[in-house]
Amino acid sequence: MERTHTLVLLVEDHPGVLNRVVSLMRRRSFNIDSITVGHSEQPGLSRMTIQLRGEDADVEQAGKQLYKLLEVVKVTDLSEAAAITRELVMVKVAAKGSVRSEVLQVAQIYNARVLDATPSSLMIEMSGTDDEIDSFLAMMRVFGIREMVRSGKIALARGSTAKHGHIDRITDATFAVAD
Amino acid sequence: MVVADSSAPAEATAADQQATTHRQPEVLSGAQITCKSLEAEGVTTVFGYPGGAVIPLYDALPAANLHHVLTRFEQWAGLAAVGYARVTGDVGVCIATSGPGATNLVTALADAMLDSVPIVAITGQVGQSLIGRDGFQEVDITGITLPVTKHNYLVRRPEDIAPTIKEAFYLARSGRPGPVLVDIPKDVFIAKAPFQYPKTTGRKSYQPNLVPNMRQVRLAAEMINAAERPLIMAGHGIILSGAEELFRKFAERSDIPVLFTLLGLGAMDEDHRLSLGMMGMHGHRQANRALDECDLLINFGARFDDRATGRLSGFAPNAKVIHVDIDPAEIGKNVPADVPVVGDAKEALKLLLHEVEPGDHADWMAWIDGQRNRVLEAALEDRPEWPEPFAIIKTIAEVTDHEAVVTTDVGQHQMWAAQHLGIRHGHRWITSGGLGTMGFGLPSAIGAKIGRPDLEVWTIVGDGGFQMSGNEIATAVQENLDINIAIINNGYLGMVRQWQDLFHARNYSEVAISGPDFVKMAEAYGATGLRVTRDEDIRPTIEKARSIKGPVLIEFVVEPEANVYPMVPPGGANSEMVHDPQWLPTEEDV
Repeated sequence: MERTHTLVLLVEDHPGVLNRVVSLMRRRSFNIDSITVGHSEQPGLSRMTIQLRGEDADVEQAGKQLYKLLEVVKVTDLSEAAAITRELVMVKVAAKGSVRSEVLQVAQIYNARVLDATPSSLMIEMSGTDDEIDSFLAMMRVFGIREMVRSGKIALARGSTAKHGHIDRITDATFAVAD
Repeated sequence: MVVADSSAPAEATAADQQATTHRQPEVLSGAQITCKSLEAEGVTTVFGYPGGAVIPLYDALPAANLHHVLTRFEQWAGLAAVGYARVTGDVGVCIATSGPGATNLVTALADAMLDSVPIVAITGQVGQSLIGRDGFQEVDITGITLPVTKHNYLVRRPEDIAPTIKEAFYLARSGRPGPVLVDIPKDVFIAKAPFQYPKTTGRKSYQPNLVPNMRQVRLAAEMINAAERPLIMAGHGIILSGAEELFRKFAERSDIPVLFTLLGLGAMDEDHRLSLGMMGMHGHRQANRALDECDLLINFGARFDDRATGRLSGFAPNAKVIHVDIDPAEIGKNVPADVPVVGDAKEALKLLLHEVEPGDHADWMAWIDGQRNRVLEAALEDRPEWPEPFAIIKTIAEVTDHEAVVTTDVGQHQMWAAQHLGIRHGHRWITSGGLGTMGFGLPSAIGAKIGRPDLEVWTIVGDGGFQMSGNEIATAVQENLDINIAIINNGYLGMVRQWQDLFHARNYSEVAISGPDFVKMAEAYGATGLRVTRDEDIRPTIEKARSIKGPVLIEFVVEPEANVYPMVPPGGANSEMVHDPQWLPTEEDV
């Protein structure tokens, strides 16, 4: 079944690692929806969040191929249930005169924050799940979005440690990705 | 982070001892460190071609204990390293300069990547001040070779050279072997640093799994013991792990017939009663027929390449699959495995040997034997007027008692050789499988002869492929190598012509190819040239070539439009193989 997967990678923080990961995904014809990279809690290691759509077996193959990169320490496939995911969006919305208070009201509903204001517009930041952001943007579109940027998704597994969805480096008993 | 590397060769201790007696490590240039590191890895021969960015390295070479083989093109240096690695089972080394030198290595790296061959390529890079500024002969070779290397490095400081080379060799030869590239800027070759060769290497994130999970081994053994029509698919992994002996014991104990992938040839003596020969697109009839009927397929160290499997939906349709592979990513990549066994073939076989019961599959073997193409087999014994390609190949095999190393190019002659050589040992059949690199034959023969000077070396090539790398005769002459070159000259790019013949309405588009007078060409290079145009001259000429020192080229002029059969049409299942109309099998179930 094709569905959205969130791969979380722990990688060595070396120059060119992002290039290796992206190049591998392109070569093996995996379509990345979004990718984010940043430092992790461990010095020398970064955490990448890759969102992609695909059959479970294909995504599992992607995970196993990623493990063949020397810098990749760990790959986890987080399902929606096992993970908390967030994305950040910043929008410039047209907000002149009386419309301005309406924009602010909607922003409040979504727990969004105003970052900057001009006489004709507001810059608003909002974070949430894909669905929440899509819904927020749909509302903002009514007022007129002048500019927008999305950060791409980041994700962490629920619980105290990341047990769920770990694609084993060396698996031979089962290759199924735990949900 | 540091993992003990048990594969560290004894030579490493020389440098270590020196370091301890002097206490203070020697301060050397990056170029000297490179040479010393190669020596420490046990390297004796490097294949290369000098150029601007590696002049400092070549400056240090004469003082090093390394034999440098100057090829005539970097691509052939890379493939000579491949040939060397494949006969010796150790790492082959090639050197090229920056820019075009480095890009010329790309094909060799891709070849080594697809066929899991351990090679280390050292490339020069422009000085660091020029990197990213489009300097003269600058290319981003680490970027370019990303998908065709197991790993690659750009070394920024002379003190990083030794640990990088240590890790590069470890990566190249451990786990699933493959090519590793080390790119070193010119100023890093020149700059100095204290040299001490590291004793250990390894990374937390790189831990090849050698010993398989016992539970999986038991599951596999249960399946093997219960199977009625089991079949083994023998891949390159058996040879790479040096498991030929164990593999034969396993096949004999369980009494299971064996078929080979193109690179698996040599995993067991083809003359063995259990051997069915090659499978796949140009596989033997009995091999492909057996695939259709088997109830269990045990794959040792093969990756289910499309040329071996044919159309996947029609591949071994009645079989459960056990897949033994050191690379977990190969499991389920092309063919789903019922029982995956991740580990080194040798380790897996050791464990399996204890778990499998003695088998008896006489009925199954008898059925398979009935599937042989007797008409073709009888024809192989005839002596036709025209030198038949397979007669040439069979004669080379007979005259050399199947003991010679044989390398090939790519195309019809390669398939004829794979079908008819009757390969007895691993590391003696050197062919470009995954990448199908034309021009592979001669340079890999050069590497093979240098790697195993004690063995007779033949290369069987076509007139097309030979014209890609034929200038390497100069290298063979310069190195005074006893290599015999058999050109199967049909005046065509034969395999493409065969496809055009069979699948493109004989539209022979750009496949007729002329060539030089090959005998004169050999002589012009200072080698010996011989020509065979009649069947009765095949054997005496092959025998004569063996008695002549230095490279000998024999041009065999063969029928222009002979096709390789059987053949599975592209996109077809292995059971849909087509036979030569003149030697159609007699059985009703064609």
